[in-house]
Order: sequence, then C-alpha cells, then structure tokens
Amino acid sequence: MKKILLLLSILAVSAFAMGGDLGAGTKADELNVPAIVMFFAFVAATLGITYWASKKTKSASDFYTAGGGITGVQNGTAIAGDYMSAASFLGITGSVYLNGYDGLIFSIGFLVGWPVILFMISEQLRNLGKYTFADVTSYRLKQKPVRILAALGSISVVILYLIAQMVGAGKLIEILFGLDYEFAVVLVGILMIGYVVFGGMLATTWVQIIKAILLLLGTTFMSIMVMAQFGFSFEELFRTATEIHSKGEAIMSPGGLVSDPISAISLGIALMFGTAGLPHILMRFFTVSDAKEARKSVFVATGLIGYFYILTFIMGFGAIVLVLGADGGTYLSADGHTLKGMNNMAAVWLAHAVGGDYFLGFISAVAFATILAVVSGLTLAGASAVSHDLYANAFADGKKVSEENEMKVSRYATIAIGIAAMICGIAFEKQNIAFVVALAFTIASSANFPVLFMSIFWKKLTTRGAVIGGYIGLASALILVILGPVVWTQILGFGDPIVPYKFPAVFSVPMAFIAIWYFSITDNSEDAQRCIDEFDAQDIRCQTGIGASSASEH
Amino acid sequence: MDKAMVEKIKSNPSYVELVTKRSSFAWKLTITMLTVYYAYILLIAFSPETLGAKLTAGGMATVGIPVGIAIIVFAFALTGVYVKRANSEFDGLLNKIKEDVAKDIK
Repeated sequence: MKKILLLLSILAVSAFAMGGDLGAGTKADELNVPAIVMFFAFVAATLGITYWASKKTKSASDFYTAGGGITGVQNGTAIAGDYMSAASFLGITGSVYLNGYDGLIFSIGFLVGWPVILFMISEQLRNLGKYTFADVTSYRLKQKPVRILAALGSISVVILYLIAQMVGAGKLIEILFGLDYEFAVVLVGILMIGYVVFGGMLATTWVQIIKAILLLLGTTFMSIMVMAQFGFSFEELFRTATEIHSKGEAIMSPGGLVSDPISAISLGIALMFGTAGLPHILMRFFTVSDAKEARKSVFVATGLIGYFYILTFIMGFGAIVLVLGADGGTYLSADGHTLKGMNNMAAVWLAHAVGGDYFLGFISAVAFATILAVVSGLTLAGASAVSHDLYANAFADGKKVSEENEMKVSRYATIAIGIAAMICGIAFEKQNIAFVVALAFTIASSANFPVLFMSIFWKKLTTRGAVIGGYIGLASALILVILGPVVWTQILGFGDPIVPYKFPAVFSVPMAFIAIWYFSITDNSEDAQRCIDEFDAQDIRCQTGIGASSASEH
Repeated sequence: MDKAMVEKIKSNPSYVELVTKRSSFAWKLTITMLTVYYAYILLIAFSPETLGAKLTAGGMATVGIPVGIAIIVFAFALTGVYVKRANSEFDGLLNKIKEDVAKDIK
C-alpha cells in the first residue's frame, strides 16, 4: 500500500521530468517554479490523505460513503467543491472577461437548482438510499431493469463529464507547467485512480474539502486585491472596464448569450434539473448520518457556491482591467487580442497580475487540485454504478454478493473508468467539447432526474413506466443533441441544425415525464400492483427516516 | 415495515401534520424559486434593456447587476428559511412520531 503510493509520487515526479524535457522551450515561456513546488506540496498532501483514508476504508460502506460519518458542514463544502470545478472557476471568470454581464446569467442558472434539490430531493435521498441513487429508484420497483437503466444513465454522465474535465485538465496543465498534453492527461488519470482505489469516498471527500477551501481563499484574495485597486468602488471598476473592453458599455447588460425564450428556458431546465441528476453530486447525500445533516449540507453548499459565483463576477471584471489592460500587453498572445493560452486563462493571469509569481503558482496548483478532486468524485460515482448497481444487484440474480467481492469489482471498475477517461481525453484533444457538457447535463436531466423524482413522489409509478420513460429520456437527449447546433453543424458540418437548441432539455425532460406517466397508468401487470402497494411503506421511510440505513450499522 | 405498522403510522396525527405541512411548504418554496428564476430568464429574453438600464444617471452599473446578485442571495436565503423551519418544527414532529413508534414496538 505504502509502496504503491510512493510509486505514484515517483511517477508524478518523473512525468514532470520527462514532460518538462519534451515541453521545454516549446510549450511554456519559462518553467513556473513556484507553481511546480506548490503542485508537489499538494500532490504529497493528497497522497498522505489517501494513505490515512486507506487505513480507515474497510467495508463497502466506508468505500462508497466514507461510512456515513461526514458532517453536514464538511459535506456541504465537498458538494461546493464538486460544483466549483475548473470549468466554473476558469470558464465563468473567462466568460465574464469576454462578455461581461452574460457570465452572471450562467452562474445564476447553475445556482438556482440547489434550493430545489433541498426542498425536493436531498432528505428523501438520504432516507431511502444507501450507496447510489439507484437504491432509491429501485426501492419498490423491479431491481434488474431499473438498476441497469440508472447505471447506464450514471455511467454516460460520468464518462461525458470526465472527458470534458480531462481535456480541460490536459490543456491547463500544458500551459501552466509546460507538460505535454498526453502526459498531463495520463498524470491526472493515474492520480485519480490512486485516490479512489485506495482511499475511496473518505479520501475523495477530504481532497475535495481541502481544495474547496483553498479555492475559496484564493478567489477571495484575488477579489479583494481587485477591489482595492478601485478603492472598493464597483462604479470605478465598471467604468475602467468599459473603457478598456472592446465591447464598451455593452458588457454591462445582457447580450447575445441568451437570444430567444425557448433557448433560455431550455438552458434553465437543463442546468436546474441536470444538477439533480448528476450521480457524483447525488452520492454525496449518502455520506452524512441522517436527513438533518443532508439538509445542512445543501444550505452550506448553496452559500459557498453563491459566494464563489459573486467572486467570479468581480474577478472577470478585474481581469478586463488588470489582464486585458495590463501595460504592454503582457498577458496577450502575439495577435494582441486573445490571452496567452486561451481566453479561459483570464483567472490564472489575473492571479499573476495581483499576486505575482508565487500567487500564480498557488492558483495554478489549486486549479490542478480542482481538476483532480472533481475527476475523483466522478470516477467513484461511475465505479459505484458498476459494482453496486450492476454487479451486486442487477446481475446477482438474487444471490447475495459478498462485500469483499463488491469492493473488488468497484476497484477494478475505477481502474477501467480511469483508463477509459485517459484514452477519451487524448482522443478528444482537438474536438469541440462544448457538446459533451451539454449532453451530460441533458442526459442527467432527462434520464436520471425524472425517474428519481417520480419514484419518490408518485405512488402509481410502475417498473414498466420508469424503464420505458427513462430510456425515452436517454434516447431523446442523445438524438436531440446530435441534431443540434454543436454536433450537427459544427462537428459534422451538415449545415443548419435540425434542432436549433444547444440544450434540448425543454423537449426531452417533458417527453420522459409523459412516457413515465403513460406507461405506468396503462400497466396492469401484477408487478405494477405490487409497486403501487409498496409505496406507502416507502413513503413513510422517505418522510421520517424510520428504517433508513445509518452510519451506526457497522 | 409490516402492513399494520404502515397503517398505524399513516393514521398518526403527528405524521399527517408533518407530511401535509412539509410538502406544502416545500412546494411553495420551490414555486417561489422557479418563479423568480424564470421571470429573470424571460426578462433577459424579451426585454434585455430593462436589465441594461443604468442604475444612476451618468453611472456605469446597470439594474441587472443588483438583480443578479439578489437572486443568488435570495436562493441562499430560501435554503436558510427551509432549514430553520425543518430543524425546529418538522424535526419536533418527527421526534414525536418516532416516540410513538417506539412505544408501539414495546
């Protein structure tokens, strides 16, 4: 165990040595020494956590849910960490930097799903489930078909999300540390497999918590430094930004990002209900002891995420002034318009502008940590779907699977998903990955969320309704995204898209709900009656937590 | 949980009170959040100039900025409102139900 972790760190070092050699002079302008020192400090600390966690991870419950011993505040911080991915830290700051006000619209869409999760999903999940959200959807329905559906939904979302994170990670590390893209992807993949295989949910959660705190401290510092330059006057900040930005005063109002009402509503539905169908977020509700702690988690998470989004707005405007407007175009590439690296690097260069090399190093290391923490959570969610839903339940055919075997399968699944993510990450390097995120959110909102919601609240749901409805949601999400502007027009080059919406959730979510309803009410089988009869007992456990699996079980 | 127990809990007055009060509260808060959010989205889609209006004459800040920040703060405040009532009133009812169930088991 110790040896393997040691091996991992040696691997990380040698990847740097090799990548550094190959990349020197071609990728980065110069080697960023403070960034590399902080990167190593972080990797060493996380491997330490993994070692500590591995000693405490004995049972399946430890592996999947950290034994249910995470507190509400810790879990809320970890959830916030999952949500403050590199995509939102760099992406939203970059989007404010490019378009001004429009960046805020995305932040709000990402945030408003949280209160709804609290009111409708979080306590119910904790009371009904054990390790995965499929525990809830299959509570009174037939195990096999419902678990397979949930596992398919989970694994597709996880893989798509992983691809997006991997490509982003590879690019980021290539720029920050001068490592080759392929090395960067493999490095991230190996570290993430290490955290999950050895440390399970406990390591994954603590890596996430530490990163969330570092990221919040870093962004708070950056925002204060930005505001200090303008005597803490927003008016001054905005005035200077509009003078520098090529779009002028247009950056102060909503622009072309959300052009027509259908797109706007569709985006809103995808972001809001997609969040409630993301397996790596849902599984976090099983790591706390009871519904009360689950509730507290969402409160803490919503506060931290909201605070973070307000900071990204300040940082985006700060970057317009201090990065775009820096003397002599320090941060611009040769063409004099785009940022060095890419426009998503606004937050990173802002760190340099306000805090110099050391702070740039800190933020780079935090950005890297963010990627590692998020991909680890995703991988664990995917592995749980394989081992708990498919292996231990759907394909066990009623036989009891031992905990040791289930955990073994889970670890193999982690390695398989990790390798798949590395291969896809390298294969998708030059692709437009915007559709990948759109697809992940659309599947989560159309296949996972409707089945989960109906299984909790609707008495007359039957196995047939849930399964047919879920697959219709999954298929329509897939088809509509393929016929949409990103895949049809940009990637396949077939001309005008057949479906003009990037996020087709406005169609696919209602389709799933209607199918679930229709195929349930027309189901007259014996099993249907059993599903309906068992609702009352489920509802009592859902409402009260009586009989819920708890941390004291082992 | 056997059938008799299910029926017993279902007819427990504290249980009935908890379920009615909590679900109506949760739905009301959900609808409030959805209304605020979609009103904002529709405003962006149909009347972006409302949000783009200057906050003060000669100033740079627009109406959209405090509105956007307010929605973020509002979302957080709503979670606080729910947690506060759940921790006191709903958990109180829940404890009563659990006590009743424990008595029945004895």
